[in-house]
Amino acid sequence: MNALQDLLRQQADEGLISWGQQQAAAQQFGLRISEVEQEILGLGLLPTRYQRNRQMISVAQQRQLFSSRVVVVGAGGLGGYILEQLARLGVGQIVTIDDDIFEENNLNRQLLSSPANLGRVKVEVAVERLTEINPAVTVYPFQARFEKQNAAKLLANADCVVDAVDNVTARLDLAAASRELKIPLVHGAIAGWYGHVTTVLPGDDSLQTIYRNWKGGKGIEASLGNPSFTPALAASLQVSEVCKVLLGQGKLLSKRKLSFDVLDMEMVEVLL
Amino acid sequence: MKITVKLFATFRLGRFDIASRDYPPETKVIDVVKDLDLPEEQLGILMVNSRHVDLDRVLVEGETLAIFPLVGGG
Repeated sequence: MNALQDLLRQQADEGLISWGQQQAAAQQFGLRISEVEQEILGLGLLPTRYQRNRQMISVAQQRQLFSSRVVVVGAGGLGGYILEQLARLGVGQIVTIDDDIFEENNLNRQLLSSPANLGRVKVEVAVERLTEINPAVTVYPFQARFEKQNAAKLLANADCVVDAVDNVTARLDLAAASRELKIPLVHGAIAGWYGHVTTVLPGDDSLQTIYRNWKGGKGIEASLGNPSFTPALAASLQVSEVCKVLLGQGKLLSKRKLSFDVLDMEMVEVLL
Repeated sequence: MKITVKLFATFRLGRFDIASRDYPPETKVIDVVKDLDLPEEQLGILMVNSRHVDLDRVLVEGETLAIFPLVGGG
C-alpha cells in the first residue's frame, strides 16, 4: 500500500485526486475503486468529485461519510432521489430495500424509473444507477418487503435508516425496529402537494405521535397521488438530515416535524 | 364559545385555513371534525394550543385547534 500512497501523494493537485488517477491506481494495484477511495481519504486527500463539498464538508468528514452505512427502505418516489443523493454525497455503503418492479405509473416521479426499466426489479436498477454515478459506493440490494421478521437482518450495522416506504404499517414497524436497534431514523412522507419530514433519534416516539389517530389504510395520498416535485423536496430534506446525523452536525429535526404545503407554499413546524 | 380552528393541506380545500368559530360549551374535537365534515379516516395530527390531543378532548373557550390530514405516501 505504501507504493499506492506514494503515488497518490505525488499525483495530488491541491489535495485533489482526479477520477482518471483514481481509476488508473485501481487498475495498477489491482484494487477496487472503493479501496482506492479509502486510501485517498485516509491520506487527507479528496477525490475531485467532492471538490464542491469541500467548503462545507471537510476531508475528515468526507472520510466519515465514506465509512458510513445508510439503509434506505423503499426505492420508489422518495427512495430514488434519496439513493441518488446519498451516492453523490459519498456515503460509502448504501443498502436499498424494495420488493417491487417498475411500472408505467411510476414514470411521473420515480427517479430510477424509465421506459427501458419497466418491469425491472427496482433495487437492481438502483445498484446500476448508483454504481454508474459513484463507483466508489458499495450498494447492497435486498429485493424484499421490510417486515418485523427481517428487520434485524436488514438494518444490521446501519449508522442511519431512511424511511421511504409508502404505507403506515411499514413506517411504524420500521420506527419500532430502529428504536430497538438504537439507530437514528429519518422519516419522510408525501401526498400530492404536501409532505413532512422528521428525524427520530433512539428513544423518541415521534412516529407514534404523528400516526396516533391512524385507523388503518392509506392517507390522503390514496386520492391525491404524487407529482414529480414533492418526492424530490421531501427526499432532499431527508438526505440533509442523514448527512447531519452521520457528521454529528447542525440542529436535527428531532421531536419536531417539518410539514410543507407547496400549493399554498408554506412550511410549518409541529412539535412532537 | 370561540374556538380558533386551523386547517392544513387538503382540509383547507372548500373550507378555510384559519377561522374563529362559535361552539357550545363542552364541544369535543370530534364535534368540530363532524361540523366541518372532515373525513375521520383521513385524520392525522390533532393539536390544541400546540399540544397533541385525541378526538374526545373537550375544548375550552379561546383555545386553538389545529387539524392535519394523514400523509403516508412515499
